[in-house]
Amino acid sequence: MRAAVDARGVSVEIDGRQILADASIRVSSGEIVALIGPNGAGKSTLLAALTGDQARTRGTIEIAGRPLEDWKLKELSQQRAVLLQENGVFFPFTVEQVVEMGRAPWQRTPLDHDDEEAVDEAIRLTDIERFRHRQVPSLSGGERARSAFARVLAQRTGILLLDEPTAALDLRHQEDVLRLARQRAHAGDAVIVVLHDLNLAAAYADRIALLSSGRIVAQGSPREVLTVERISDVYAQPVEVITHPETGATIILPVREAMSVGRANDDSLPRTTARSRIALPRKASS
Amino acid sequence: MTAVDDRSRTDAPESSADPLPRTVTARRRLLLIAGLAIALTAMALVSAGTGQLYVSPAEVFGSIMHAIGLDLGPLPAHPNGESALWTIRFPRVAMSIVIGAALAAAGLLMQAVFGNPLADPGVIGVSSGAALGASATIVFGWAFFGEWTIAVAAFITGLAATFVVYFMSRSGGKTEVVTLVLTGIAVNAFTGAGLALMTFLGDQAAREQIVFWQLGSLNGSRWQQFWIVLPLIVVGVVVAFVISRRLDLLSLGERSARHLGVNVEGLRIVAIVVTALLVAAAVSFAGIIAFVGLVIPHLMRMIIGPAHRPLLVASVLGGALLLLTADLVARTAVPMADLPIGMLTSLVGGPFFFWLLRRARRSAGGWG
Repeated sequence: MRAAVDARGVSVEIDGRQILADASIRVSSGEIVALIGPNGAGKSTLLAALTGDQARTRGTIEIAGRPLEDWKLKELSQQRAVLLQENGVFFPFTVEQVVEMGRAPWQRTPLDHDDEEAVDEAIRLTDIERFRHRQVPSLSGGERARSAFARVLAQRTGILLLDEPTAALDLRHQEDVLRLARQRAHAGDAVIVVLHDLNLAAAYADRIALLSSGRIVAQGSPREVLTVERISDVYAQPVEVITHPETGATIILPVREAMSVGRANDDSLPRTTARSRIALPRKASS
Repeated sequence: MTAVDDRSRTDAPESSADPLPRTVTARRRLLLIAGLAIALTAMALVSAGTGQLYVSPAEVFGSIMHAIGLDLGPLPAHPNGESALWTIRFPRVAMSIVIGAALAAAGLLMQAVFGNPLADPGVIGVSSGAALGASATIVFGWAFFGEWTIAVAAFITGLAATFVVYFMSRSGGKTEVVTLVLTGIAVNAFTGAGLALMTFLGDQAAREQIVFWQLGSLNGSRWQQFWIVLPLIVVGVVVAFVISRRLDLLSLGERSARHLGVNVEGLRIVAIVVTALLVAAAVSFAGIIAFVGLVIPHLMRMIIGPAHRPLLVASVLGGALLLLTADLVARTAVPMADLPIGMLTSLVGGPFFFWLLRRARRSAGGWG
């Protein structure tokens, strides 16, 4: 099967410093791949290299079977949509106008008849109908992020590159974003998403690539990648990996010292493990 | 879920103060543009008839109709009316219209490229950069391009000034207000020194011409000048219109614009060259007229929102109307005197700019 995104041996150097070293990743249609790793591991740099924003020193990148450099910008924008972390808009455009901008790649193509429908659908799916006529600069960070995500959905491309789409969002909208990504993958799209929340990655990704100091140190199914030793080591933070008793979902928890007031320094008391105090979530209805 | 829906309903009145649905926006745009077009036509008729020799708007209309071969309306009753209109008034009215349009369009383009609504050719020094080239042409008696020499020289130095500001003041795809204003001060200081040098080197006539530029005036506009600036301004406005949709995307930031298929570097260079072209055309024969490019796009944006295509049309009409009106005031406010129009626009634009600065500071970063 032809890969939607195929990056081989990609290295990026900025001012002589190696930011990304020999990263290879292959994403097929119908699949969600999560990029995880600590701050500064090179996740966003890898994504920027895949979008063509970041020049690379070595390696090849193919989008839909054609080298990235051979694509015209306009054609490329019909293949892949990108959500960045920074979603500011310089002038007081309304949310609706911003979502409509996602249709720009399809201008003067037969698909521009779908514009209004695509915009309405994206607005409905991202739950931003309530403020569709408000100006973007007047919105909260989370509302802005959802508007930007709606713009990316409205672009209706077969490849989605999402850089921390859940960072500014509340619990429900985090789930919404990944559910939508899941739906798009089911419909045959390829999704690459940078995530900080390991539980979200475990729940929604088909495959996970773990980055550390500019290298992909592990790649595979969530269960393969998210092991206690590996995560504890890469993040320099002891974790536990638990399997949800009902759903079988993988849950990652940092190991926390018992910290209730007045007991923090009391070594004589037996240490309570994090596990025994966690109320596990109920099975999700979807 | 019903709880959520109820809440959204109670929120509705609050958000209705904000910009409105598609149809309402479209109607508002149409109203504004039609209103400006009508006001501009009426103002042109009134302005052309007003002066030491009064000609009624009806007679002005009649004179134009007869000139294009239609037997409509009365001809000017005064024996010198016809010649006063055609040799003095009409060229001046026509110049004020196209130059107002050029300045407003240039301001709008600049704001889009800098991602900052406070950019204006006068404020950031592009106008004085263009004036430097124009004055050098006069002082050194250059004539490489015949009657076009002044415009060409103004374009070259104006373009240089724009690129300097552009490369000095941008970071991360946009320009902070403070950087923009400070860069403007630096560029204006430099071009001011250049103009001072030209004033020093020039003879009496050249000096008068340079001082006249610094003040800005449409006094003594001639048809010959109009035919030089008209094609430049038409080309500039048409190109601006063509790239206007892409300028919208630029508001998302450079990277996002690129992801939507915009060749950002190319777009910026086109926009900068067009800005310099428009400013040079305006400055070549009318001098530095500041703040039109700041005030007009801003007012229009407040009425119809920031989408660049309708905004450009409204700004072109609004800029033309503003300068036409300002010029009428300039030549009739004080009997027997022709006030410099640049002084008038700065008189209004200065406080406006100050107000904008205060507002921008209050909503730091949020360019609403």
